[in-house]
Amino acid sequence: MTGYLFRRIGGALLVLFGLTTILYALFYLAPSDPAVLTCGKGCTPERLADVRHAMGVDDPVHVQYAHFLEGLVAGRDYPSGPDVRHCPAPCLGYSFETDQPVTALLTDRLPVSVSLAIGAEALSLVVGIGAGMLSGLRRHRWLDRLVNGLVLTGYAVPVFLVGLLLLLLFCVVLQWLPFPAYVPFTTNPLLWAQNLLLPWVALATIQAAAYARLTRAGIQETLAEDHIRTARAYGLPERRIIWRRAFRGAMLPLVTLTALDVAAIMTSAVLTETMFGLPGIGQLLVGAVNQIDLPVVVGVTLLTGLLIVVANAVADLLYAAIDPRVQLR
Amino acid sequence: MTTEPVDNQPEVSVPGATLAPTHRGGGGGGARKSLKIENLRIGFGDTRAVDGLSFELPPGGAVGIVGESGSGKSATALALLGLHQNATVTGRISFGGTDLTTLDDREWRRIRGARIAMVFQEPLTALSPFHRIGDQIAEVYRIHTGATRRAARLRAVEVLKQVHIPDAERRARSYPHQFSGGMRQRALIAMALACRPQVIVADEPTTALDVTVQAQILDLLDEVRSTTGAGLLLISHDLGVVAGSADSVVVMRNGRAVEQGPTESVLVTPREAYTRELIAAVPHPNPPRTVEGEPLLRLTDVRKHFKLPRRGRVDAVDGVTLDVRRGETLGIAGESGTGKTTLARMMVGLVEPSAGKITFDGADIARRRGRSVQMVFQDPLSSLNPRRTVGESIADPLRLQGVRDPRARVLSLLERVGLSPREYDRYPHQLSGGMRQRVGIARALAPSPRLIVCDEPVSSLDVTTQAQILALLEDLRSTLDLTLVVVSHDLAVLRQIADRVAVLSGGAVVELGDTARVYEQPEHPYTKELLAAIPVADPLEARRLRALRRSRLV
Amino acid sequence: MTRAAVAFRDRGLVAGAAIATLMVVVAVSAPLLTAISGQDPTTFHDGLLDSARGGVPVGAFGGVSGEHWLGVEPGTGRDLFARIVYGARVSLGVAVGATVLQVLIGLLAGLAAGLGGRWADAALGRLIDLVLAVPSLVLAISLLAIVPADWPRPVLLAVVIAVLGWGGTARITRGETLSLRTRDYVAAARVSGAGWFRVARREILPGLTAPVLTYAALILPTNMIVEAGLSFLGVGVRPPTPSWGQMLSTATTWFRADPMYVVVPGGLLFLTLLAFVLVANGLRRVLDPRQSEFLR
Repeated sequence: MTGYLFRRIGGALLVLFGLTTILYALFYLAPSDPAVLTCGKGCTPERLADVRHAMGVDDPVHVQYAHFLEGLVAGRDYPSGPDVRHCPAPCLGYSFETDQPVTALLTDRLPVSVSLAIGAEALSLVVGIGAGMLSGLRRHRWLDRLVNGLVLTGYAVPVFLVGLLLLLLFCVVLQWLPFPAYVPFTTNPLLWAQNLLLPWVALATIQAAAYARLTRAGIQETLAEDHIRTARAYGLPERRIIWRRAFRGAMLPLVTLTALDVAAIMTSAVLTETMFGLPGIGQLLVGAVNQIDLPVVVGVTLLTGLLIVVANAVADLLYAAIDPRVQLR
Repeated sequence: MTTEPVDNQPEVSVPGATLAPTHRGGGGGGARKSLKIENLRIGFGDTRAVDGLSFELPPGGAVGIVGESGSGKSATALALLGLHQNATVTGRISFGGTDLTTLDDREWRRIRGARIAMVFQEPLTALSPFHRIGDQIAEVYRIHTGATRRAARLRAVEVLKQVHIPDAERRARSYPHQFSGGMRQRALIAMALACRPQVIVADEPTTALDVTVQAQILDLLDEVRSTTGAGLLLISHDLGVVAGSADSVVVMRNGRAVEQGPTESVLVTPREAYTRELIAAVPHPNPPRTVEGEPLLRLTDVRKHFKLPRRGRVDAVDGVTLDVRRGETLGIAGESGTGKTTLARMMVGLVEPSAGKITFDGADIARRRGRSVQMVFQDPLSSLNPRRTVGESIADPLRLQGVRDPRARVLSLLERVGLSPREYDRYPHQLSGGMRQRVGIARALAPSPRLIVCDEPVSSLDVTTQAQILALLEDLRSTLDLTLVVVSHDLAVLRQIADRVAVLSGGAVVELGDTARVYEQPEHPYTKELLAAIPVADPLEARRLRALRRSRLV
Repeated sequence: MTRAAVAFRDRGLVAGAAIATLMVVVAVSAPLLTAISGQDPTTFHDGLLDSARGGVPVGAFGGVSGEHWLGVEPGTGRDLFARIVYGARVSLGVAVGATVLQVLIGLLAGLAAGLGGRWADAALGRLIDLVLAVPSLVLAISLLAIVPADWPRPVLLAVVIAVLGWGGTARITRGETLSLRTRDYVAAARVSGAGWFRVARREILPGLTAPVLTYAALILPTNMIVEAGLSFLGVGVRPPTPSWGQMLSTATTWFRADPMYVVVPGGLLFLTLLAFVLVANGLRRVLDPRQSEFLR
């Protein structure tokens, strides 16, 4: 178990290190100069040199990269005019664009993305597992077909298309809901939920279809297994067999998938956030990318990479916790 | 349901508490019921799995059903518990006067596990992987008796002790995957015993097990029958399994009982041709042959270690030295995990030894591959590429040797192994198991090898097919001047075909000698144990061996 | 029953294949179709727009007329039919190109990992893990944003999607290869003296066709969604080249005034995706009846 954790953490660091390296290499191979952008029109060479120095982009790439890594681990100091600004330990630098610390930008935006992901995931799980169970038990043929159709449809629609149609329907045609505008949970939980409802539904339409399919396949496969036959041969009531035996087997793949999907929603929330105008990390990224705001882009990428790595580890741990056959080594 | 003990056990149709199994301890009290099957027919759509089967299992008796695959024996077992879902079942299954075929779902559930309990073939998949063994047994007990959790747990431990699981209190908290195959089958038998049933149905209970474990499980079933007084219906493809445990035998073929009666008369003086065929197909010792050829394949202190990630090293083969003489058939016997497959694969150069030397005709085996040494595999389906025709598979080794148009040669090979040239363009899944194994043999013969290593060549086949394939191998060896190595877990098979036998245990040869000598005067204790465990089709001999095993245990 | 017969009995597969084929034909013959309609995708028609309402097309259903079969684009007045058929070229071309590249890279990497021995497997396995652990959408956005504008966008899109997305194919190929190589028929071929190259070609590759083809059919619509998404975010193809995703992106600002502009590209995108998903689902059923799992 300890060995497992060590290897897992080692692997995670390796992935994150690889990611930053790739990003740095790419941005410095890229032809556009962030300093020119920051300096703006009518920039004199002297002024440009100052800007370059202040941004730290006048050093050779490897020196910049070393500084960056150092800042991440131990924090670093930035020259700011005559003074020195200290950027504490997980230092991701300052935005070229707004001059705010990247860590602050990320922590500002993170609650939005988390709200989006958690709510959508919860909705998907409830709807998906419910529909999957109903169709997996083959009680109603029409239901089975309906789920089948929804599964295919869910796989075939991009989230921004669902979002667009939802907005069209609920905010324009029916006018049941106002156009979404993020309200923090701490300010007003009801408004928070109301404004996130459409994005949740948009994401859940696609995700729930996948869960329904998995649940159905899982329940049917488990019901066909030998130990279910044993349970029947020993007189266990059907309901007990379904809920205590088959459901357990069917949920195995779903549990790990849930952990991975929370991360996946957050890393691919760019589209949903842009669609619904939610100020999450995805929207932050799109803005930063258009401004060649390197520190912010690196920050977002690192954060999403970290999320995926953590989700993978959580998925493994969960799997080991619910399946007695699995042991982490 | 209630836990109130009731001594008499009236008809099953009476609901509620009276159905609870009651008598404490073994020995069996209460009115014992007989199970009587009359004119049972089971159909799946248009196909008939069972077609008019009748037999009776008296209280506390033991009936064996023997048949090859597709004879309808497993369908019969499932029908006894009303477990068929899409089948039409007609006829009478009377259990102490009640016709079980008329029961509704709720009434069936009171029978299942409580009155008639079933032991399945695959003990690993037959138990839920997510629940502890003790909990699974306790759950069954609670469902049928309404006992408290505590009482149910105690009962689980009690039955686990009854099937000789050591340290039962602790082992009850284990999951099935933490048990060995034999232990799992014991646990399943314990589950069957939990509610003190009157009939135990065991469907191929030992097929997935090693021969020594098989003997232990059969002995246990026999013991349980005498201590609890439950009747036993033992279903198997193996005459030897049934011979020692059943009072009477039903021989099934194509859904019908070909012959039935007391075990002695059916197996010793069979009346029907099919029964005689079955008995004749059971491997029998051949007159001994002494082959004094010079060594063709020499293994010198051969070892193979596998490194497992983070689990250390496994010594699969641990220092084997032996010669295969030109013209002989060498048998290699061993149970699962003894390294026999690894050894066979090293002999043909598929696996490189970690240490030691294997030479063929003086040259290192790695350089002789593809010409002089060939292999026949256990599972003929997996050894043929499903996406290529049979002819293509046989032609491949010929093409590798530079034969331009191998068709004619392939056709003659097909004929040589007893297949029609028509099979050339068919795919493996269109053939029967026996035919596929013939194709596997034809492919091995294609490059005109001098030595063929057969890894469990007949273990996946029905007994009559087994006999045909063994005869074919024997015939090929003598007419083509071949040398054979036959690896098998089945000592009876080796006794028939091998001139010399090497017994493997823990990756090493513990005994090697002429077949007759090894079988009649085994020296190593492991060989003795193996030999005592072989199921034999002669009922008297089977009882003698069981007594012998019991006396050793004491 | 032969596979073809099974395929033709699968209604979903037949319908999906028909629509998918139609879309491919439309994309390929885009110049021909616009020649027939007499329009091109880049000419502005200010006269067809209602400047008082901010540039919404004049007339019903977004300005549908005998000349403009699907109406015109709000704000620019460009012919919607022409933009749709040329957009199909981009959407399908990028998706197909990315899929082919993904399958090629994945197949090679997976085969090499599966057959190449312990070290190759360890190294490639790590690499596959890395590719799978990368937040691909985030990286794709960053990558596409920094590449100079004069590079050919559709090719670039296909390459970026493929480079970030070959992990799945590689993992499936590796797994299948590792399982196939333990089959006895591979051992039989080796005993007959066949080398690993011959084994890979004659024994393993045929066994990989079904799973890899099924998977490829499945990632094709996914790639199409990714392309549409990237264009939607403005990092995909650049105007004036049309793409369905990009049209939907513009539509977000117009959908209250001109719903037709959402419905046409959105509906077609959905229909095409559904067609490919149906094909993938049907292919899976035909090629691998045992595999009850669909997708992922």
